[in-house]
Amino acid sequence: MKPIPFALAAAFAVLSTPLLAATLHVAAGPDAQERLQSALIEAQPGDTVEIGAGRFDLTDGLSLDVDKVIVKGASASATILSFKGQKGAGEGLLVTSDDVVLRDFAVEDSRGDGIKSKGANRIVYHNLRVEWTGGPKETNGAYGIYPVESTDVLIDGVTVKGASDAGIYVGQSKNIIVRNSTAMFNVAGIEIENSYNADVFSNISMHNTGGILIFDLPNLPQMGGHMVRVFSNRVEANDTPNFAPKGNIVASVPNGTGVMVMANRDVHVFANALANNATANVMVVAYKQSFTDPTYNPLPRNVVVRDNMHGRAGWAPGFEGGKELAAAMGGALPPIFWDGAGGPATNIVIRDTVPAISLGLAAYDTPIGAAKPGLIDSTSATPPAEPAPVVMPTSMEAAIR
Amino acid sequence: MIRTFVALALWAALVSSSPVPQVDLALINGDTLPPRLSDFHFFADAGAQRPNARVMAYTLNTPLFSDYAEKQRFLFVPDGTKAAYRDNDVFDLPIGTAIIKSFGYPADFRNAAAPLKLIETRVLLRRASGWVALPYVWNADGSDAILKRSGTRVPVSFVNANGVNLSFSYAVPNSNQCKGCHDNGGALIPIGPKARNLNDGTQLQAMVKAKMLDRLPKDAPRVPVWDDPASGSINDRARAYLDVNCGHCHSRAGPANTSGLWLDWHQPQDANLGLGKRPTAAGRGSGNLDFAIAPGHPELSYLPFRMQSLDPGIAMPELGRQAVHAEGVALISEWIKTLK
Repeated sequence: MKPIPFALAAAFAVLSTPLLAATLHVAAGPDAQERLQSALIEAQPGDTVEIGAGRFDLTDGLSLDVDKVIVKGASASATILSFKGQKGAGEGLLVTSDDVVLRDFAVEDSRGDGIKSKGANRIVYHNLRVEWTGGPKETNGAYGIYPVESTDVLIDGVTVKGASDAGIYVGQSKNIIVRNSTAMFNVAGIEIENSYNADVFSNISMHNTGGILIFDLPNLPQMGGHMVRVFSNRVEANDTPNFAPKGNIVASVPNGTGVMVMANRDVHVFANALANNATANVMVVAYKQSFTDPTYNPLPRNVVVRDNMHGRAGWAPGFEGGKELAAAMGGALPPIFWDGAGGPATNIVIRDTVPAISLGLAAYDTPIGAAKPGLIDSTSATPPAEPAPVVMPTSMEAAIR
Repeated sequence: MIRTFVALALWAALVSSSPVPQVDLALINGDTLPPRLSDFHFFADAGAQRPNARVMAYTLNTPLFSDYAEKQRFLFVPDGTKAAYRDNDVFDLPIGTAIIKSFGYPADFRNAAAPLKLIETRVLLRRASGWVALPYVWNADGSDAILKRSGTRVPVSFVNANGVNLSFSYAVPNSNQCKGCHDNGGALIPIGPKARNLNDGTQLQAMVKAKMLDRLPKDAPRVPVWDDPASGSINDRARAYLDVNCGHCHSRAGPANTSGLWLDWHQPQDANLGLGKRPTAAGRGSGNLDFAIAPGHPELSYLPFRMQSLDPGIAMPELGRQAVHAEGVALISEWIKTLK
């Protein structure tokens, strides 16, 4: 027998790597914590951790720090990771590695956040459910799905209920898609914060305090949120009284907010179905609190609101002075609302079939008492260009096809 | 008589010729995950109390609070190599280094001579590929500690320094959670062995003398002992406490960098140290309070609020906190009162 040429042997070695990918099965039952955590530690890149159907009663947070691992349950209703008895850790599941796929399981009643991924590039969240089963309560965890400081984030087909901050929260990340997902009974349904290039579409956000929030906050490593498209979402009946702990930024979101854009630039809100939001269907505002960060811009800029379908809105605006303003306007505010901060230079362009109001506040910190309300007329404005669609690396889309 | 003498001599020869167990450097440098702590031969005894050659016990000026556990720390540096001194960062430790840290409780903290019942021993190995963290859990009879990468919980019960009985479920972190504190910009690194926290006036000198540290400048930095007012001002002691207990995560390159709250020793006194800083992703951790630190007002600051909570959705630090460090809370609260 001839010796195998080196090149062939090397090629075989490369080819054999994926063949070695293993599936680690974890079934429900006693010692779920140790068995599941062990699998998440022992998994090698390429492996799948398959969590069986049933209820897993966990006592501590779980974590994954291995690249290229798929964590897969039986379905979002059949595989339940329950953190009701959690004694430690700030979240239910923490992912800190790249190229991870999380799919087909549920996280219930974590004491802090549901699923957090930090510095986890190319992460896929698919067909997951994160829920606080006691309904909206201030004692629920903050975020349901919480990717942060990551590039390429795909959230598809998840459901989050009961988060005391945001159901789906993407923070300080780049290149993001949130689609086909449902957020209900959270303070904020979906929130994109301090992030660049996000598409939020084909989601349902109902019965939260606020439906979809696009925010930017000061004093953080990544600031200057921009290039966000919010389209083809159903954002209706956001009517849950705000139950966020005071002091948190979402505690300032008025009940009955549909889409809210704060201190971001190049945000396009279009082709959404917006209705039954008591404060406003769309709200574009500045960050109003004091800040010391000289690099932070508190104003929304280059915002386009166009071609949305509007139902009833603005009959009980939940912000300071809103009630009086609504009364002065004949009982309700128009469905679209801008605080006016920064004036025309900020280029806020409204192209919808319903009227829009500006409070006419001069600067981000002008008190509401100094408002000079008036209808917005953008007919002569030039809408800024729409950001290009966000595209995920093909491996990520392939992982859930 | 002569026979007895011969027998004794033989015994003595046997004893002296039996090799003194050396630390298993090959195991440290290898790529296996040794199942037992004893595999490394860090210690001459089964109870991990008598270090072998080049394994040096050390202490820190201001240690990390871990549920009131007593800690025994050891550093092994291979023969012929030395740690390289650094002013601010962790010493540059050579390949083959091991840092060994045991956690345990005496039955009664009022009895200084009481032996520790060890719960776990964490080992950090400096391999060519980087640092590896391995948690070992002591077996019931204290004869060895067994690798437990998934972590576990161990019920503990003891009488504290004030004579109060405390019992709770002690959490041995899993090997991922090690990274929760030991991560710096994506790499696992040690936290403790920094000049400022090792410098107590004697032990760094001893390390140099033992040829384990390459040099020691006369003006090496030194942080105070957090609970010894004679060792530093309240500001310096509070900052030392925050540095050690929070700064490894809450720093620009640490796991909590995205919070924008940075509590390491070198952070200037500004919004990122928490002064007038509003919560970012604190969730319930904000406790209905507006600022991490409201200068002059600990009761309005959510930093001490989180230190006082045992709720996993609120408590900080996130690990090693089944008990509240009342003395640490008192220090930080006093410090916040002094801020303007």
